[in-house]
Amino acid sequence: MKTLITSKGDSTDSFFDLRFGRGKYFCIHDSETGNIEFIENLNAEAQGGAGTKTAEKVIELGVKKVISGDFGPKAKDLLMKFKIQMVMITDSNKTVMEIIKSLS
Amino acid sequence: MPRRRRARKVVEPPSFKGYRPYGTINGRREGRVELHYEEYEAIKLADYDLMNHQEASGIMDVSRATFARVYETARRKIAKALVEGKEIVSVYGNAHLENDWFECTDCKSKFTIPSELLDKSCPLCKSTSIKNILH
Repeated sequence: MKTLITSKGDSTDSFFDLRFGRGKYFCIHDSETGNIEFIENLNAEAQGGAGTKTAEKVIELGVKKVISGDFGPKAKDLLMKFKIQMVMITDSNKTVMEIIKSLS
Repeated sequence: MPRRRRARKVVEPPSFKGYRPYGTINGRREGRVELHYEEYEAIKLADYDLMNHQEASGIMDVSRATFARVYETARRKIAKALVEGKEIVSVYGNAHLENDWFECTDCKSKFTIPSELLDKSCPLCKSTSIKNILH
């Protein structure tokens, strides 16, 4: 199962990003292969609709779980419709690695 | 910009994906009617649970007038489907499903549990002490 974590940088030592639509990078962790992949969020600087576009991207990637700080109402609706699990963490001092470790 | 639509609370989504007419005289009709979750809920509360609109609107967390509007569109859609022999499909609409959000009492993370997921534990710390929150 693929999990997406919003991240401030493109390495596992970078901090977790509280923002969903405007998070700098996405870390995709595949629990079956243990693969960790980083992709840049092209919507981070978008004028509007960043949340919706990001949610569409999530659906496209086939991710089943998304970990972020908060989700906007539109992103929330979309993710809920596609039965994607959303997880909100309020602690921004966590690194991506720590989150991945706690997952497995 | 219009005011943002208030989400209508739905206790339980419909247990079907849709209804299709059979034996239509003029053959299969094109088109379908999209019945939203909140419209299904309105019909259920008013005509199955036999509540009055005031009580039902409280359950769906909208005003009485809004409930009446949702209920009206629901009835009209069903009538349209019956008369025109169209298929009814249930779509998400403006619903907000109750019991969607949970909070883990150990790590304080908040999360949703999609209906496909059978594992009712915290996705982060695997704790089973989770509680329902209204979001």
